[in-house]
Amino acid sequence: MRYLPLSDDDRAQMLAVIGAKSVDDLYAGVPSGALLDKPVALPAHQGEQEVERLMKLLASCNIPAGKTAFFLGAGAYRHHIPASVDHLIQRSEFLTTYTPYQPEIAQGTLQALYEFQTQVALLLDMEVANASMYDGSTGMAEAALMAARVTKRTRVVLSGGVHPHYAETVRTTCEAAGLEIVALPAAVDDEMAVLRAMDANTAAVIVQSPNVFGAITDLKPIADGAHAGGALLVASFTEAMAFGLIEPPGAMGADIVVGEGQSIGNALNFGGPYVGLFATKEKYLRQSPGRLAGETVDADGKRGFVLTLSTREQHIRREKATSNICTNSGLCTLAWTIHMTLLGAEGLKRVATLNHENACDLADALAATPGVEVLTRRYFNEFAIRLPKRADIVLDALLEKGIIGGVPFARLNPTEGMENVLLVCATETNTPEDINAYAAALKEIVQ
Amino acid sequence: MTETVSGNRGLLQAEALIFETGSLARTGVDMPAPKGRANRLGGLGRKVAPALPGLSEPEAVRHYVRLSQKNYAIDLGFFPLGSCTMKHNPRLNEKMARLEGFADLHPLQPTQTVQGALLLMEELARWLLTLTGMEAVALSPKAGAHGELCGMLAIRAALQARGEGETRKRVLVPESAHGTNPATAAACGFIVDEIKATEDGHVDLEDLKTKLGPDVAGIMLTNPNTCGLFERDIRTIADLIHGAGGYFYCDGANYNAIVGRVRPGDLGVDAMHINLHKTFSTPHGGGGPGAGPTVLSPALAPYAPVPHMVRRGEELALVEHAEDAEGTPFGRMCAFHGQMGMYVRALTYMLSHGSDGLRQVAEDSVLNANYLLARLKGHFNAPFGGQPCMHEVLLDDSTLRPHGVETIDLAKALLDEGYHPMTTYFPLVVHGALLIEPTETESKAELDRFADVLIALAERAKTDSAHFKSAPHLAPMRRLDETRAARQPKLRWKPVEALKTAAE
Repeated sequence: MRYLPLSDDDRAQMLAVIGAKSVDDLYAGVPSGALLDKPVALPAHQGEQEVERLMKLLASCNIPAGKTAFFLGAGAYRHHIPASVDHLIQRSEFLTTYTPYQPEIAQGTLQALYEFQTQVALLLDMEVANASMYDGSTGMAEAALMAARVTKRTRVVLSGGVHPHYAETVRTTCEAAGLEIVALPAAVDDEMAVLRAMDANTAAVIVQSPNVFGAITDLKPIADGAHAGGALLVASFTEAMAFGLIEPPGAMGADIVVGEGQSIGNALNFGGPYVGLFATKEKYLRQSPGRLAGETVDADGKRGFVLTLSTREQHIRREKATSNICTNSGLCTLAWTIHMTLLGAEGLKRVATLNHENACDLADALAATPGVEVLTRRYFNEFAIRLPKRADIVLDALLEKGIIGGVPFARLNPTEGMENVLLVCATETNTPEDINAYAAALKEIVQ
Repeated sequence: MTETVSGNRGLLQAEALIFETGSLARTGVDMPAPKGRANRLGGLGRKVAPALPGLSEPEAVRHYVRLSQKNYAIDLGFFPLGSCTMKHNPRLNEKMARLEGFADLHPLQPTQTVQGALLLMEELARWLLTLTGMEAVALSPKAGAHGELCGMLAIRAALQARGEGETRKRVLVPESAHGTNPATAAACGFIVDEIKATEDGHVDLEDLKTKLGPDVAGIMLTNPNTCGLFERDIRTIADLIHGAGGYFYCDGANYNAIVGRVRPGDLGVDAMHINLHKTFSTPHGGGGPGAGPTVLSPALAPYAPVPHMVRRGEELALVEHAEDAEGTPFGRMCAFHGQMGMYVRALTYMLSHGSDGLRQVAEDSVLNANYLLARLKGHFNAPFGGQPCMHEVLLDDSTLRPHGVETIDLAKALLDEGYHPMTTYFPLVVHGALLIEPTETESKAELDRFADVLIALAERAKTDSAHFKSAPHLAPMRRLDETRAARQPKLRWKPVEALKTAAE
């Protein structure tokens, strides 16, 4: 076995030092009959070449996004990732290290986290950000729980623009913790509805912008309305790149901002691992979940970084912790921060603009087909269209022409009346040829 | 120590923050110029550009390579962090995870375009179920603690289905448990009730019996436990908890010791998460990402969350909504289908080892730990050392403390010796705990070197506590002031000029 250094000779010598006859003696605590005396019924070990062949066979049964004209968003986005990002995150010292509990030999991870936290705070225009959650959806559940702790209230209202998977995750997680979750019916562009659903026990209203239909919203009046009723505004997003172009939630009064960071530095990976971005105001810091890297000095007075405020966390606080999270999205934060450092403000604005322009071109091209209606008025790089036929049927027909044309909204939330709604996205990776091919194919299919 | 003009020390480069070296005008990415068409942002365009500095590619590469060199890592040396299973991370796993047929798949692509991904998930599930002897698996949890949440939510749902959701609120948790266990139970609305450990490091059965009652929802028990021991009474514990009407959650953090040799399904377990980033070698990445698939017994299987896969003839399909499921799923753990990137790595590892190799993994990890125990127990106190351990050795600092050296000092002295320390001050049931997990991917020679170093340090502690108190001396940083970091939190960079102006 190429991964196991011990030889049979080593094993015999070691057993002699231990004073055991066989390794089974070391399993003496296992109840009788429970110690298996032969390998379980699975294939035996294989060489690297054989395993690689098998895995490539599985991979070849998929159609990767890059082999098609590809227009999917709805929570995961295909962007170009500079080659240096994946090279750097595979450095042994980043890839094969643990959570930086020994700061003197983990300054690389800690400084990168400190830079990550600063970049997230700057992007979202918030005071502080943490060192990541698992993803946007679980982060949203943590935000709801945090809002309940801050306000000492137990009801949370979710807008109808929140990604349905996020809403389900929040409901599952938070109802068990004793919160009442009110998820408003799907609505393309009616984030203000959360204010009408507030009551005196509402801890937070949760609004997504850009929302699952791509619509962007002025959060200022929602923040004002929430605050007037004693609730927090939790602002969410699934496309972090949008903030290269649109007003960030922190500038419009959000108290907690939580969303998905995948679109910067991280590949699609069929849904994971991704990276949850989580930011808030300093005054709420001690109620916040997750790890935080902070600046300090060493015994010589030199600047260094450590994990801090850990008295909020499960390994210290146990059942009184702000969250049970331990492992988070470490390496995905590294990919995020490297990509963001390569972009800088200039690059971010440019890539965001290219996304927006491609989305506008795509909307114009699709809307040229009679019967196809663009439902989203203000958007960044994705929008919803209503088709004259069921969206899933159109999608199958598009696939036959090598086009993966979007996500039927009904797949995310089987709502009556939404069967013909398709969520469509364009990024900087789409070419004019892709867009023209999509428009031509759609015209042929729906006419 | 010799001071240098540059602040560098030979190969170790001093490295400023990107906010101190980058520029708002610089970028390391070339892109075509936008067309300049009118936007559709409806007046919601960003008013003030974010102050995000950029670096050119050579500057960025150098920045992160320099940072990397301030980190310790498994690839650099022995990393015996107890409870964390820091084993070798095979590079084949990384290569496979990057195949475009896996990495360049969108989670919401039509299922007919991702049959290979679903096949991979089905195969991973088959391996996990065969190895554990359990009924069903929820693949989607994103880490160990998330898997705990999944298991406890399944227990909650099963109790609700029995009409006992409101009456069974108490969850028993040994005082030696990982902090995630009580935190998870509390997050599901349960009340945590601690059970004691015996003097030899096992669950105190008598204490457990007194805590049982009609309000008990279940027990959360780590096996092998955090003291490094197999819970010899585990079947009795399972019978007792089941007899009282509760369920048995097993924390699978220490599964590496028994993979391929003991099936949790044979022990009466109802739910257990499996850390793919421990037992199945996916890299820890400086704190994640992980994956925590959760296996379930027949009693809990109907409550498994969405999504899950179903076979429809030749095709695999995803059940993404509770109303489409055969059972009664308790809900959804996260967006999409979980940590696909980790599934690819874990299955690659499983296929490489096979059933024979995985069994050898468990045996070698246990053998390595017992070998260290045998070599060290004459030099350190081993509080439960009168019995074989599983894959971790638990020592404490009781023989060092009379000389003024504590666990933290020994840990910091190990940094100077070129080792990552063991887990310190955990489990909480042992004062000044030192929890050593060598894993199976260390050679005998490496274990001998480490044992020699620890023995020499134990000797040195008798006469030279000052060496330990001021350690580390040779690490990239001296001991860091964690109290200051917590008292005056500085969690992000702010421009010095702005601070100066504010002060004036």
